[in-house]
Amino acid sequence: MKHLLMATAATALMAGAAVAGGHAKEVKIGVILGFTGPIESLTPSMADGAELAMKEVTDSGLLLDSATVTSVRADSTCVDAGAATAAAERLVTSDKVDAIMGADCSGVTGAILNNVAVANGVVMISPSATSPGLSHNDNEDNGLFFRTAPSDARQGVVMTEVLMEEGIKEVAVTYTNNDYGKGLADSFQAAFEAAGGTVTINAAHEDGKADYSAEVGALASAGGDRLVVAGYVDQGGSGIVRAALDSGAFDTFHFPDGMIGAKLQENFGDEIEGSTGQHPGTDSEGAAMFTEMVGDAFDATSPFTPESYDAAALIMLAMQAANSKDSNDFKDHVMDVANAPGEQIFPGQLAKALQIIKDGGDIDYVGATAVELIGPGESAGNYRQIVVEGGEITTAKYR
Amino acid sequence: MDLLNAFVALSNFVLIPAIAYGSQLALGALGVTLIYGILRFSNFAHGDTMAFGTMATILITWGFQAIGISAGPLPTALLALPFGIAVCAGLILLTDRGVYRFYRTQKAKPIIFVMVSLGVMFIMNGLVRFIIGPNDQRFADGERFIISVREFKALTGLKEGLAFKTTQGITVLTAVIVVAALFYFLNRTRTGKSMRAYSDNEDLALLSGINPERVVMVTWLIVAALATIAGVLYGLDKSFKPFVYFQLLLPIFASAIVGGLGSPLGAIAGGFTIAFSEVMITYAWKKVANYALPEALAPDGLAQLLSTDYKFAVSFVILLIVLLFRPTGLFAGKSV
Repeated sequence: MKHLLMATAATALMAGAAVAGGHAKEVKIGVILGFTGPIESLTPSMADGAELAMKEVTDSGLLLDSATVTSVRADSTCVDAGAATAAAERLVTSDKVDAIMGADCSGVTGAILNNVAVANGVVMISPSATSPGLSHNDNEDNGLFFRTAPSDARQGVVMTEVLMEEGIKEVAVTYTNNDYGKGLADSFQAAFEAAGGTVTINAAHEDGKADYSAEVGALASAGGDRLVVAGYVDQGGSGIVRAALDSGAFDTFHFPDGMIGAKLQENFGDEIEGSTGQHPGTDSEGAAMFTEMVGDAFDATSPFTPESYDAAALIMLAMQAANSKDSNDFKDHVMDVANAPGEQIFPGQLAKALQIIKDGGDIDYVGATAVELIGPGESAGNYRQIVVEGGEITTAKYR
Repeated sequence: MDLLNAFVALSNFVLIPAIAYGSQLALGALGVTLIYGILRFSNFAHGDTMAFGTMATILITWGFQAIGISAGPLPTALLALPFGIAVCAGLILLTDRGVYRFYRTQKAKPIIFVMVSLGVMFIMNGLVRFIIGPNDQRFADGERFIISVREFKALTGLKEGLAFKTTQGITVLTAVIVVAALFYFLNRTRTGKSMRAYSDNEDLALLSGINPERVVMVTWLIVAALATIAGVLYGLDKSFKPFVYFQLLLPIFASAIVGGLGSPLGAIAGGFTIAFSEVMITYAWKKVANYALPEALAPDGLAQLLSTDYKFAVSFVILLIVLLFRPTGLFAGKSV
């Protein structure tokens, strides 16, 4: 009798422990973004966006038997692959995160994916890595990598459409000398030339120089109706624009996503009147709902901030769908929760979504950026086309 | 053919930037060459001395701006410059007291001095980053242009525009004044003559009663002034970033060596040689050629010898050629 009692108690304890193991009360998500480095002015609101989704889920108490979701931030530096890998390694091995929201820039994202995420089997959803090189069509990533940002191959096509509609047939291109810049410049050149345009020069610039007059001299000599600056607003991109304006080489520019930020307006204002650009963004009602939900807490319209919210939300919804926080279990559910069929889910409705999944229903996560994952798990892409008017960045339209 | 437009395009993208850059390099190289001539070692800390002097000037400029002092259309930094020089001179004299004098009394070999200056470089490098941080600082204020592209086009009706920045004007003007003053000092004043005597033959100079410590001190003071002026002009014209000043060491040394180490005239010639080569070899000549040549001869390509990424390589190559064929430099300075 005594033995039976002991055995029962022991079994109960072990069962309890086993249940606790499977449904731990805490889910940790690593947020690895370049808090220092060339896009440091964009990353704070990106992290805030991701953490907003986590808070929403925690407050609902519906994820995996009311788990709390905590965020662990780490610095990807955007440019230093070694530092980014070390930071991610720390997240996975020492903080034991269950998934990673990040990284931001394409080069470090690739490094973290290959060295840390695949090696340790951790799901990564990047809100902003856009290099075409990250499209793993042959499953090199073991199905662990997703992105809520579209590939730059798509951005190159959109950029071409914008410029062609403006009647611009000849452009000079300069790009920051890294994976992002080169990938974008090359995909743009291919798309632009296929559409009948001419790229007079496609030249790299190094970030962190004091003087870009030589680079601008070469660009000016090649000529073109507009200068496409595939760089970073906090780095060489602004230097190039400044030198081009000072020497009168170009008056109007075209800016891809890395250049669009509050800094651009602040640095140049009406000097770049009439310049155009585009960055991932959407006018779906999700975007407006997201902006409203955020209020004054942080800048909800800053590039990649809605994408960050969506990336974090997808991680948690997929966990719920798999009923597990183990990456190898929930990686197969990311595409299911992101795409149709199912009930459409907008920002602020994560509690509803978790409940539907819990009851065995199906959801189609739309989120703040009208997420639709295609191919190997990347966003199909919606872009916000901007134009500089009266010294301010204004929305021309969405495409 | 349109020679006028060709000349304007050439001035805008080659001549003016190269002259401004050349002046900045020449001032930097003068400092290096003075130390080599009088103290007999290559001072690797020169780039960071420039950064330190510039940093001091920037901090004082910000102070002036905060209390509302300005120089009207000129950059406030010009008012802060003398104070920046004083702070930089203070640090350099302190370094000399604490570091270089120890080795001087031991009559250490030049190579030891070079290694010591390398150590000083790292310390100054860290000091600057510690105080002002590693990021870009812009401190230019006042009028940005003497003549801007738009004004030039409206004024002349030409197709090509020409921009002449205030900072470029100030750079050239200041360089001329500083060089003239330096040459007057070296050739006409008693202290200047004693410096040259010390440089030519140290023992003979000591025998004729020249106080070596005084010569050394005056040299450091002049070097501090030259370094700070060169640094501030570069920072005004471009932007201030500690790492860029560290990198400037290469073209500055190339200038000093090409001109002939120890020869002030050579330093100036070297500075302009390096600046013009860097700019002209990496410039795409298509535009100028299209204006200047008859249509049949106009190039289709960019007519660019080297991509702009290779700017620093140009200084290296010139340095190699000079060292191979004329090791004493253009103006027959000391052999390296």
